[in-house]
Amino acid sequence: MSEATPAPVKIAPADMPPIAGARQVVAGPHIAGTVSGRRIMLLVVGALAPAALWSVVCLGMPAVIVYAACVLASVGTEFAWNAIARRPHTFMDGSALLTGILLAMCMPPMTPWWICMVGGVVAIALGKMMFGGLGFNLFNPALVGRAVALLSWLGVMGELKPYAGGWLVAVPDVAAVGKFDAISGATRLAVAAADRAAGGAYGFDLAAQYPALLLKNLAGSVGEVSAALLIAGGLFLILIKIVDWRIPLGYIGTVAALSWAVGSDPIFNVLAGGVVLGAFFMATDYVTSPITKKGRLVFGIGCGLFNAVTRFYGPMPETTTFAILFMNGLAPIIDRMFMPRPFGWVKPAKEAKADA
Amino acid sequence: MAGGTFHGGIHPPDRKAATSGAQIERAPLPERLTVPMSQHLGAPCAPLVAKGDHVLRGQVIGDVDAMISAPVHAPAAGEVTGIVTALTPGGIRSVCVVIAVDAEQDRDAFVPVVPSRAGVDGVARAAGLVGLGGAAFPSAVKLAPSKHTPIDTVILNGCECEPYLTCDHRVMLEAPERVVAGARLIAEAVGAARTVIAVEDNKPDAVESLRAVAGDGVEVLSVRTRYPQGAEKQLIFAVTGRSVPGGKLPATVGCLVHNVQTAAALADAIETGLPLIERVVTVSGAVGRPGNYRVALGTPVSALLALAGGLTPAAARVIAGGPMTAQPLGDLDVPVVKGMSGIVALTAAEAAPIVDADQPCIRCGRCVEACPMLLHPYAIANYADRRMWDGCERFFALDCIECGCCSYVCPTNRPLLQLLRVGKAALMTKGVRR
Repeated sequence: MSEATPAPVKIAPADMPPIAGARQVVAGPHIAGTVSGRRIMLLVVGALAPAALWSVVCLGMPAVIVYAACVLASVGTEFAWNAIARRPHTFMDGSALLTGILLAMCMPPMTPWWICMVGGVVAIALGKMMFGGLGFNLFNPALVGRAVALLSWLGVMGELKPYAGGWLVAVPDVAAVGKFDAISGATRLAVAAADRAAGGAYGFDLAAQYPALLLKNLAGSVGEVSAALLIAGGLFLILIKIVDWRIPLGYIGTVAALSWAVGSDPIFNVLAGGVVLGAFFMATDYVTSPITKKGRLVFGIGCGLFNAVTRFYGPMPETTTFAILFMNGLAPIIDRMFMPRPFGWVKPAKEAKADA
Repeated sequence: MAGGTFHGGIHPPDRKAATSGAQIERAPLPERLTVPMSQHLGAPCAPLVAKGDHVLRGQVIGDVDAMISAPVHAPAAGEVTGIVTALTPGGIRSVCVVIAVDAEQDRDAFVPVVPSRAGVDGVARAAGLVGLGGAAFPSAVKLAPSKHTPIDTVILNGCECEPYLTCDHRVMLEAPERVVAGARLIAEAVGAARTVIAVEDNKPDAVESLRAVAGDGVEVLSVRTRYPQGAEKQLIFAVTGRSVPGGKLPATVGCLVHNVQTAAALADAIETGLPLIERVVTVSGAVGRPGNYRVALGTPVSALLALAGGLTPAAARVIAGGPMTAQPLGDLDVPVVKGMSGIVALTAAEAAPIVDADQPCIRCGRCVEACPMLLHPYAIANYADRRMWDGCERFFALDCIECGCCSYVCPTNRPLLQLLRVGKAALMTKGVRR
């Protein structure tokens, strides 16, 4: 094959001498929008801030340690990686900070600091830098970190030490329902799953859990304390057009619909567990989700489908992480399903007819 | 139904206020004019004069026997001091006729054009008319009647969607009757039933002034302000709701688009025989006295800048045209040419940042959303970056209209437009046709 080799991208024509006073001779366009990558990252961090701060208020020191360990490990790993690889530093672009915060938000509050650190290192090193850094990773780095931490220390990570005596509604009283103290993770989802499995023998009222899930849920990951604040942050990002509504809507809509279909409370199933955090902040990660609008809707629906099915029929109810990671792997294929149709596109076979 | 707008696009700050109120001022003649023989798309002209010849204002000084071309006329009376090869605003070198302008001359006298064939397109050809919106495509080619593709709608493009530029705006305000006369002439020439002058809705005064003189049969349509509203295919869609098939001409859907200044120049050429030897240029940005100037073609940009009060110390980049599509100027002594709608001096803060490192694509999808051709610019750019030309082709690189929206919105400032141009050039070199 004869490869035509055009001139490489040349910024300035060689025969143009620089001119006094106005020296920039570069290709257009000569003006640019004001939204930078860093600004996007920091806006997402800002949208997470209320939920994160509220979790610190409610959970206290354990949450502070989780946040600090995850962020430090993430940003530090990015710094170290670039330093060792002798590449330009990128740890200030806001992306590692965001990964650290997201990782912390899906860790249980009592997670030891060193597991958080391992999660942060894995998230950045294995989840991002090994692929070539920001923009090249296939899987959401925070979720890679969380998955590795969870599966490596299943016992520690699963053991949620509930904070007794909640603010609005007490956390599900594990002791009262007997058997459940043996089950790892006495989250409301776990209780609900056991209750379902037992045919409703324990009478766990799903609707009564809404206020706690929305405002102060202490039996869950650090970031799951207030679904209301997460939703508010997510809607803010949709409003300022940083997040495409298609992913959260597809995700949450599918979870709700499937919950309803299997006879469980749709609202409880959306609010409990990692669905809200995942749908608004994890699945919407630009790099690891499809770029086309239709693809994003398909991606969101896929996440919801995988999440709901594994929640009801899998070995454990908290499957947001794996639902999104699974769909991350499919994102490039989903994008390939929706090739562009240029403006003025005519179906090749029917071109003659369309013209006539 | 026409939606009055199009898919995608962007909304850059328009920065037109500095010159939108500035009346068109006639620029004095410089001592020397450097008139390029190639100021249009198509075959360059051959000089018809020699060193030492005295030329009159409006006299043909360059022409060529080719379908896609436009003759060049002397913008002022003077003596030809040389035929040289000089840099033109596009960055390429062209044969230029250098004229030492007579000190004493009547700036309004001119040699009227002598069309070699009948019809409006014959006059347009003889007058050296080209698209004054920036593309500089010879107008006569578009005006030539065709039996195969009847035109039912003539659209005059008064959108002026590029930031900074106000020359079309001022022409519509100060000479609406010439614009309308041009519209009628074009519509008559091609036998169109509908004649529309489309103006972006950020110029209500231009809409009003045109409507006051439009009369029957000429519609003045206000379209949504959004870049690139003035791009041919996007404008046709906004006005008629029709989509020009990829790789086809507007005539395929019965449309013909001309710029408002082109129409005004055509009216002049037909009514008085005035060839295209002057044009209105917006000089704006970091200059002492921003304004709109009627400039003789061949005037050095430096002379025009001097007239506009010179560059301020903050000027970091000088470009020829609107900031989205303009070429940068590396040499300020290049001449004003037919397709030059403006000279804009940008400060470092206003200008797009110069990114030296390779910035990664974060797949945010903003370029996909902004592309008025509904392409996936990120994908084409990625393929072009890796020299995978078949990938560029698969993603319809040749449909790109090079509006620059993708580069504008890119949060990591990837040189998307530049990469797309590389991809397109490679495909065309390989003989791929859209």
